[in-house]
Amino acid sequence: MTPTRRRRLIAILLVFVAVVIAAGLTVFALQQNMTYLYSPSEVAAGKAPTESRFRLGGVVLEQSIHRASDTLKVDFIVTDRFNELPVEYTGILPDLFREGQSVVATGAMKNGHFLATEVLAKHDETYMPPEVKDAIDKAKEAHKGTSK
Amino acid sequence: MNTLVLWFHKLGSPPTFHRLAGALMPWFYGIAIALGVIGIYGGLVLAPRDYQQGDAYRIIFVHVPSAWMGMFAYFFMAANAFIALIWRIKLSEVMAMASAPAGATFTFITLVTGSLWGKPMWGTWWEWDARLTSELVLLFLYLGVIGLYHAIEDRRQAARAAGFLALIGTVNIPIVHFSVNWWNTLHQASTVRLLGPSKIDSSMLWPLLVMALATHLWFFGTLLARTRTGLLELDGGKDWVRALVLTDGTRAAPEATAITEQAHG
Repeated sequence: MTPTRRRRLIAILLVFVAVVIAAGLTVFALQQNMTYLYSPSEVAAGKAPTESRFRLGGVVLEQSIHRASDTLKVDFIVTDRFNELPVEYTGILPDLFREGQSVVATGAMKNGHFLATEVLAKHDETYMPPEVKDAIDKAKEAHKGTSK
Repeated sequence: MNTLVLWFHKLGSPPTFHRLAGALMPWFYGIAIALGVIGIYGGLVLAPRDYQQGDAYRIIFVHVPSAWMGMFAYFFMAANAFIALIWRIKLSEVMAMASAPAGATFTFITLVTGSLWGKPMWGTWWEWDARLTSELVLLFLYLGVIGLYHAIEDRRQAARAAGFLALIGTVNIPIVHFSVNWWNTLHQASTVRLLGPSKIDSSMLWPLLVMALATHLWFFGTLLARTRTGLLELDGGKDWVRALVLTDGTRAAPEATAITEQAHG
């Protein structure tokens, strides 16, 4: 490698290392500050803001969804399996919204209820045909039957 | 000089590359289109419905290969920019700049298809979460590289300046990839994994991998095409281009007119 090329290589590597350090520090800082959502337990512990809006994340509790017959109003319970929080929402829910589904609701607390203005469903990374899902569920049932 | 180094030097010379790329290009395009047809048919017709999303999940067959290509093209661009900056190889400069439009297009497709899927599934077109934001930054990096390249008069200086920006922007690539693990994002984690089992049924996985192969070949096809015209543009006054136009007037004519148009415009 000629001296000119070596000089260019060192200069570029130095700049690149500096940028990587800067980006790394930013990522590290954001990880500590960026709370995308609060769980029901964190709300119960008083970590979530009481006055301003925040995001609530958790799972829709089974058999907790109640839809009003004449409006788009729906109420359900969001749980993290330790604490529960009732949520009220008026509007169209995403396709993936169902019992046991992870959701992210944006809104604020009011009289112990979480008044949501937006409800988003979080999808996991699993993709499979319905038949495979049925087979897995059946296997789980059978496993439960034998273990009892 | 051993034969391998000699071969490499020959490949780097514009006339040799122009000839070789011209011969390879139809193969890349042809196989890419054939695989694309197979992949789309496998994904939209043969693959079963998803247990949760029904047919809506099928956008994955466009979204995920495009997302992979957006990152692959960036790596390819940055690697060529690195070579161009240190060794000042003309071919690398042209190749780095030739991969930017393709990468930008794939990134744009990723953002659009993701948004179309996000509205019915998540309930929103857009969310400022780490994955979506870093992917948008990736698109802006591409646009910045293209813009900078066209803002500087001297083509070779322009390529080096834009290449430097491309190289610096490489820090965003791991952020895009690991954002779903580092932060609590709305976007799901990776479905297809190199290490460990993938979280997708094999009946849905194969069309996805076929599509990924098709997009890679398509990228190299368009890369060769763009590099060829880029070399002709750069070496417009050189003997080999003149010889090409004079001896092979009929075939080289459209490219030659394109050059003169660009030179005048």
